[in-house]
Amino acid sequence: MSELTLTVMRLGFLAVLWLFVIVSIQVIRSDLFGTRVTQRTTRRADQRPAQRAQPQQPPQQGGGRRGRGAGRNAPSKLVVSEGSLTGTTVALQGQTITLGRAHDSTIVLDDDYASSRHARIYPDRDGRWIVEDLGSTNGTYLDRTRLTTPTPIPLEAPIRIGKTVIELRK
Amino acid sequence: MSNLTTTTGSNTTVSSGGLPSRRNTELAMLVFAVLIPVFAYANVGLAINDKLPSGMLGYGFGMVLLAGVGHLVVRRYAPYADPLLLPLATLLNGLGLVLIWRLDQSERLHQRAENLFGSFTPDAPKQLLYSAIGLALFVAILLFLKDHRVLQRYTYISMAVGLVLLVLPVFFKPVNGARIWVSIGPINLQPGEFVKIIIAIFFAGYLMVKRDALALASRRFMGLYLPRGRDLGPILVIWGLSLMILVFETDLGTSLLFFGLFVIMLYVATERTSWIVFGLLLSAGGASLVATFEPHVQDRVQAWLHPFSQEVIQATGSDQIAQALWAFGSGGVLGTGWGQGNSDLIGFAANSDFILATVGEELGLTGMMAVLLLYGLIVERGVRTALAARDPFGKLLAVGLSGAFGLQVFVVAGGVMGLIPLTGMTMPFLASGGSSVIANWALIGILLRISDTARRPAPAPAPSPDAEMTQVVRP
Repeated sequence: MSELTLTVMRLGFLAVLWLFVIVSIQVIRSDLFGTRVTQRTTRRADQRPAQRAQPQQPPQQGGGRRGRGAGRNAPSKLVVSEGSLTGTTVALQGQTITLGRAHDSTIVLDDDYASSRHARIYPDRDGRWIVEDLGSTNGTYLDRTRLTTPTPIPLEAPIRIGKTVIELRK
Repeated sequence: MSNLTTTTGSNTTVSSGGLPSRRNTELAMLVFAVLIPVFAYANVGLAINDKLPSGMLGYGFGMVLLAGVGHLVVRRYAPYADPLLLPLATLLNGLGLVLIWRLDQSERLHQRAENLFGSFTPDAPKQLLYSAIGLALFVAILLFLKDHRVLQRYTYISMAVGLVLLVLPVFFKPVNGARIWVSIGPINLQPGEFVKIIIAIFFAGYLMVKRDALALASRRFMGLYLPRGRDLGPILVIWGLSLMILVFETDLGTSLLFFGLFVIMLYVATERTSWIVFGLLLSAGGASLVATFEPHVQDRVQAWLHPFSQEVIQATGSDQIAQALWAFGSGGVLGTGWGQGNSDLIGFAANSDFILATVGEELGLTGMMAVLLLYGLIVERGVRTALAARDPFGKLLAVGLSGAFGLQVFVVAGGVMGLIPLTGMTMPFLASGGSSVIANWALIGILLRISDTARRPAPAPAPSPDAEMTQVVRP
C-alpha cells in the first residue's frame, strides 16, 4: 500500500472520529438551548397590552390610555359587589378581564354555578367596555336580561354570573 | 387594589422544547458508530497485509447485529432514553475490537505467547463473544428492569453481595501480583467490575435515606462545614474497607474506585464540599500509609516515579510503563496510523491494561483526545440523566454509575500515561476482558433505563377543579 494512501487514511480516520464527537455534541445542544424559560407574570402583563394595543393605537394617536373615547364617564375599576369575592376591585387598564372558575382567569370565581370560562370584559375600539358571555352554562345577566351578544356595559349596571355580581365604577 | 392574576407557585415555567424520543437520531449515530470501526478494520488490514482483511465481512456483520439488536430493544422498551449512550458505547466497543484484533496480528506478541505458553490464541474473537454476552445482559436489563426504583428495594442485599464480591478474590491465588480474579472452572471473573454497579445501588439507597443527617448536622469552620464526629462513621468504615482491599488484594484500582465512588456520591447527596476534602485527605493518607509496608504497592509507586530506571525495571520485572510512554511519544500529534505502530513492544497486557498506549501511538494525540472525549460524553450523558431524573434514588444512582465509569477511565488512563501509579483496572469497552465489557454494558443498560424514565413526558396532571362540571341553575 502506498505511503500516500496510508497517510490519507490515517488523517481521514482522525477526521471521521472527530466528526463523530462533534455530531454527538450537536445532538446534546438541545439540552443546552432546547429549553424555554417563560416568565408567567411578565408574559401575562406583556401579551395582553400587545394584543390590545395593535388595533387600538392607529385610530387613537396621541390619546392617553385611560379615559379615551368614552370621555369623562369612563369607568376606572371593576368591583365585585355580591358573592364570595365581595369587595374585590380590579383596575381597568385596557386589558381584557376574564371571569370563570379556570385557574388562569383574571378573576377566579369560586362559584359552583359559574363555568370555567364564563365571560370576558374588554374595551372596544372606542374605549367602551363590553361584556361578552363565553358560552357559559348558566348564562351572564346584565341587569335582568341574559346576554346573547357582546354588550356595552353602562356604569354601575350589575352583571350577574352565578352567585357573583360585578359592576363597573368610576 | 388587589391583583387577582393567579400566579400559582413559582412564576417561571421550564419546559424542554417538547422532548421528542430521538430514536431516529440514535439510529443515525449508531450507523456512524458502526462505520468508523469498520473503516479502522479495513485500515489495519491495508496497512499490515496490503489487502482488505478477510474477516471484515463477518466482523462488520457482527457489529451491525449487535448495534441493531441494541437499537431495536431500546426503541421498543426504552423509547425516551438518551440518544447518545448506545452509539457512544457501540463505537468504543467497536474500536476496542479493532485494537485487539490489530494487536493479534503482531508478530512480536505471537512470538511472546509461543515462548511463554507454547501457543498463541487470538483475543479478538473472544472479545466479540464477550461483547455479545454484554449486549445480551444490556437487553435483559432493559427487558426486565421496568423501573429503576425497584433496585432501591435491594439496598442492603446489594451491600452484602458487593462485600462478598469484594472479598471473594482473596481466596483465589493472585494473578500477576494482584488478587482480583475469581476462577471457577474455566470461567475467570473480575468481580471488581460488577462491584462498582452493585455498590452504586447500595450507596444510592443508603445516602438517599441518610443524606439529611449527613448534610445538616454540621458546624462551620474556616469556610467548611465540619460534620459531627459520629457522622464521620460511614466514610471511615468505607475508608477502612478500601484500605483492606489495598492490603489483602494488593489492588489499588478497586480500592480507589470503591472509596472514590462513595466520596462522589456523598458529595452529590449532601452538597458539602467538606466531604471531598475529607475524602482526598483520607485517601492520600491511607495510600501513603499502605505504601510504607506493602511491597506490591511500593513496586507500583517505584515504577511510576522512575519508569526508565534500569534498577526499577529489573526489580519489578517489566518495562511496560516505559514502553507505554515511548508509544505515546512516538505517536506524536497525528499518530503513526492504524497498524503501523510498535505498541506491541509493551508485551504483557498490551491489549488490556495498556490498550490506550496503542491508541496513543497509532492515532496520536488527536485520536487520543477524541477517545477520551467519547468517555467524557458518556459520563456527561450520565450526569445529565441524573439532573433530569425526578426521583432522588435515580439521581444518586445515575451519578454513582457515571462517576464510577469516569473514575475508572481516570485511574486507567492516568496509570498508563504515568500521571498516577498503575493500577490493575481495564479501560471500559476498549480493553480485552470479559468481565469489563459485560459489566459496562450492564452499566449503560441501567443508565438508559433511568434516562428513559427521566425523559419520558410527565404524566397528565390530576384533573383540576376547572374540569368539574358546572352546576346548572334550575329555575
